[in-house]
Amino acid sequence: MAKIGIIGYGSCIPRNRIKVEEIAKVWGADAESFKRGLLLEEKSVPSPDQDTITMAVEASRRAVLRAGIDPAKIGALYVGSESHPYAVKPSGTVLAEALGATPECHTADLEFACKAGTEAMYICSQLVKAGSVPYALAVGADTSQGAPGDALEYSAAAGAAAFVFGSEEDKIVAELVDTYAFMTDTPDFWRREHMHYPRHGGRFTGEPAFFKHVCGAARGMMAKTKTQPSDFRYVVFHQPNGKFPLRAGQMLGFKKEQILTGWLVNRLGNTYSGASPLGLTAVLDEAQAGDRILVVSFGSGAGSDGFVFQATGRLASVQKLAAGTREQLDNKKRYLDYGTYARYRGKIRMAEK
Amino acid sequence: MQPQKYWREIPARYRLEGGRCKKCRKAFLPSRLVCDACGSREFEKARFTGTGTVHSFTMIHTPPSGYSGPYVLAIVELDGGPKLTMQIADCGADEAKIGDKVRVEFRKLTQVGDAGVLCYGYKAVLV
Ligand SMILES: [Zn+2]
Repeated sequence: MAKIGIIGYGSCIPRNRIKVEEIAKVWGADAESFKRGLLLEEKSVPSPDQDTITMAVEASRRAVLRAGIDPAKIGALYVGSESHPYAVKPSGTVLAEALGATPECHTADLEFACKAGTEAMYICSQLVKAGSVPYALAVGADTSQGAPGDALEYSAAAGAAAFVFGSEEDKIVAELVDTYAFMTDTPDFWRREHMHYPRHGGRFTGEPAFFKHVCGAARGMMAKTKTQPSDFRYVVFHQPNGKFPLRAGQMLGFKKEQILTGWLVNRLGNTYSGASPLGLTAVLDEAQAGDRILVVSFGSGAGSDGFVFQATGRLASVQKLAAGTREQLDNKKRYLDYGTYARYRGKIRMAEK
Repeated sequence: MQPQKYWREIPARYRLEGGRCKKCRKAFLPSRLVCDACGSREFEKARFTGTGTVHSFTMIHTPPSGYSGPYVLAIVELDGGPKLTMQIADCGADEAKIGDKVRVEFRKLTQVGDAGVLCYGYKAVLV
């Protein structure tokens, strides 16, 4: 069977940050308990003029640049997010127009809590594998919000990752070895129509939700590809906080050093649909030919997608073509106080317009 | 902003697609019917690069409706392209200088009230 895989990847992380201490101070909470318990230090915050669409465009431009393709040949593109700016009107049309991929292009906006980004990757990879389109673009992007004072406020962050899938062997930077999906109906986290903030089941989001699905998908993926943890140089898990992915890795028999390259959450926060995809971009920035990468996402509701990739010799030639993920995470940061953060995120009730 | 007007400006605002005078090579974004430098009416399509230099800038403290300030408004000369007026995003009054290198990013420009269309386009960020 013909090989398929990622031919270009890109990420977008906003420059603004807020520290856990700054949030805890406002609510009289203990910052140390978030730092030690959940391994969170700070998180990204979108500027008022950044949203899922703008970050999707920036990440996708980097992905198309690394792929070195004519964007008009992108036959399908999907944006996975739980914070699409419009309730009705696709994010994908704006993205396609900004890239120059219209009009011969199929698009849909996807939604599955934090898993929507890997859903897009799953669909794109299968369309390319089937030979339906020459190139397909998958994006995971979010500017998620936690209710003020809620535990989620310490982690809900913003970012986007994009991947171009293709089948020309000389273009592939990470071959897709196989995929696996694992899901059940589990009401651990949700947001009803017209509600501004999500609700969650507290501790119920752990064992029966995150760990059951992440470990189920990881074990299923390894069984399907006849691999074990030691066969992988890198593993990327969904990262709603610092602790969960490290614990999942430990339960599955992975070493910490396999996880840390794609573990961005301590200083990025949880970018929801962007989380495990952004972790993968950070791994692709570092990986060398032959390295195997396991990716397992998680979306509340609940389910996990598994992917096994293998880096190729072409990867090294595209890594420096665009801004890297850690480069964006570490540089040109702008720290916000809680008041500015609340204004940026629309948490202040304004006069009606 | 009317959706129709916004829609007409999409190629220029999303992809920096403008025109270049075939006779004197002057660049325009958006393109135009008559070249203001040589009077020619013949243009070719041009897609400009997303990098440039701050030519001049000012601080807007009393923004028009639909915009929230203060923000930096600059004239940016695109590399090999025209001079454009655009905001410098994520930038305080004391951060920008004439001659600074910038990169064009895709950002939200404005939104029409709470229920109207969202308008996207280019802004500069300091590199
Ligand atoms: Zn002319």
